[in-house]
Amino acid sequence: MTDRDEHTSFTVTADGDGIVLHLKGDWTSAAAPPGAAALRDACQSQSSPSGDWRVSSAADFRWDSTVASRLFALALYCDRQDIAFDTSALPDNLQKLLGLATAVKQPPAPPAPPPGLAAQLKAAMHSVQDSAVEFLAFLGAVVLALGATLLGRSQARMRDLLYFIEQCGPKAIGIVALISVLVGMILAYLGAVQLSNFGAEVYVANLVALGMVREMGPLMTAVIMAGRTGAAYAAQLGTMQSNEEIDAITTLGLSPVEYLVVPRLLALVLVMPLLVIFANIIGLAGGGLVAAGMDVNIAQFIDQARSSVTLGDIATGLFKSLVFAGLIAIAGCQAGLASGRTSAAVGNATTRAVVHAIVYLVVADALLNIIYNLLGV
Amino acid sequence: MATESVIEVRDLTMRYGSRLIQENLNFSVQRGDIFVIMGGSGCGKSTLLKHLIGLSVPARGQILVNGEDFFTASPDRQTAIRRNWGITYQRGGLFSDLTLAENVAVPLQQYTELSQAEMAELISYKLALVGLHGFEDYYPSELSGGMQKRAALARAIALDPELLFFDEPSAGLDPLSSRRLDELIVQLSESMGGTVVIVTHELASIFSIANNSVFLDAETRTQLDYGNPRELLYHSRYPLVRHFLSRGGTDNPPPGSPGDRP
Repeated sequence: MTDRDEHTSFTVTADGDGIVLHLKGDWTSAAAPPGAAALRDACQSQSSPSGDWRVSSAADFRWDSTVASRLFALALYCDRQDIAFDTSALPDNLQKLLGLATAVKQPPAPPAPPPGLAAQLKAAMHSVQDSAVEFLAFLGAVVLALGATLLGRSQARMRDLLYFIEQCGPKAIGIVALISVLVGMILAYLGAVQLSNFGAEVYVANLVALGMVREMGPLMTAVIMAGRTGAAYAAQLGTMQSNEEIDAITTLGLSPVEYLVVPRLLALVLVMPLLVIFANIIGLAGGGLVAAGMDVNIAQFIDQARSSVTLGDIATGLFKSLVFAGLIAIAGCQAGLASGRTSAAVGNATTRAVVHAIVYLVVADALLNIIYNLLGV
Repeated sequence: MATESVIEVRDLTMRYGSRLIQENLNFSVQRGDIFVIMGGSGCGKSTLLKHLIGLSVPARGQILVNGEDFFTASPDRQTAIRRNWGITYQRGGLFSDLTLAENVAVPLQQYTELSQAEMAELISYKLALVGLHGFEDYYPSELSGGMQKRAALARAIALDPELLFFDEPSAGLDPLSSRRLDELIVQLSESMGGTVVIVTHELASIFSIANNSVFLDAETRTQLDYGNPRELLYHSRYPLVRHFLSRGGTDNPPPGSPGDRP
């Protein structure tokens, strides 16, 4: 066994055959031995007729990967400077490890450097252009696949449809109810403060009913579904991509869009209007609660709400929900199918699905409102 | 060399919920061993490894590592025990959002106080050991499967572990890459003085590197035999083990004949 009072040290001597680096004592990481640069400088400070370097060690020399990494750095340096580096006087195991480490001399080409600012801006412009083109291409593929489904020539697995309907319908009711009742109450409070100035509290019902049915019901439900279902679609398809399942579907002669996207899209499109009707009713109930606190009784509230909302209003809201459902499913599925194969890529795909879906929702909502306005509905 | 158990498995029963995976496992791994856990597909090899590395809790029985039961140890002690383990997973388990250098740096940052320069030196050395000199700034996805496996090995040996675990190191590799990886495992474990536990059903690996093994049977759900695979091939009491090790034909010589190992 070695003594405890040993200490880390090295000597560098020069003789006719070259420079000798002699290591003594404890060189394990616990002893915090000198770095490779210190060893290199010490060796360089000696001169010898022969340029060779040799490393040797004392009997009490103790080592681990730390010293091996130092010696490896020296070996690399010597290799670059064309200096012979002789380790044959070191313990056998250390020699073997250094032999393994230095076996591959040729480093690979470095990975491509990150592009400069101009190139990045250009790439960003292109990516906006590309994503617009990709969106249109995907939309086209989905429309074709839906057409095939309607004509009964589709490969879509309809058994999946029921599963997805369950996933995005009944299982979303709780969260939709919670958000809707709160949105209804918010609308009621918002209106009540202003309307009470004119003694027209009863018109809170109009505000809540129209606000929910035409705007907040479809939009809030869509935002919930984008976060809940759109993200889930992206994560599912992204994981299938990394698991090579998408490849398998393609090589089995199936179309990923028909097989995977159509059932998901149909499920969402079928369920969304129902969820929106549910959200509208719950939102009205929330508004009614607030109104009841302001001396508008429930019968009055219902009566007023009924007179203010036409069937046309309900229809415009439901049409919106159909468009939103399609957009959420497309954003989610497109992000998932375009995902890379690593875990980070699946995460990015999920983020992209939600962000894209929400942008699509707001843009589509604005466009639809303009169109409704022009049509006078 | 004095034999000393690094891992001792006593009367181990493993279950997933109510489903029995294996029961009555009894074996020990000695210091310096290259120990193989073998058996047919679905017999619970990987599950056994998950128990050995403390990811799954035994339904019954004990696993002693250096005489200590991992599962009853305090959380601090568990971390200290884990520091001495290096593990490579079936699919590598490299962090895909980190470069190779950052991957190897994770355990170093967790357990050591090295300076940036020292860490870079150590990382460069560890990557060179597995033949990936100069690949520091590559991401795992930019490498081939074999290189990913070796990079995972570099991360596993970052802290000079006494115990190395491998789950199917050669899965998905061609015979040459798989053989080079086997040789690397042997060379590293010999020169670092470590103990290696490998889950595999690659006969070539089993015969060329293992000096002890346990055979798990999917039918009876227990260990069928325990010993050096080269001896089990000819002398196992169980036809199933001889059959497995000779790839179904007892007459053929095994791939990688005895005495192959340096």
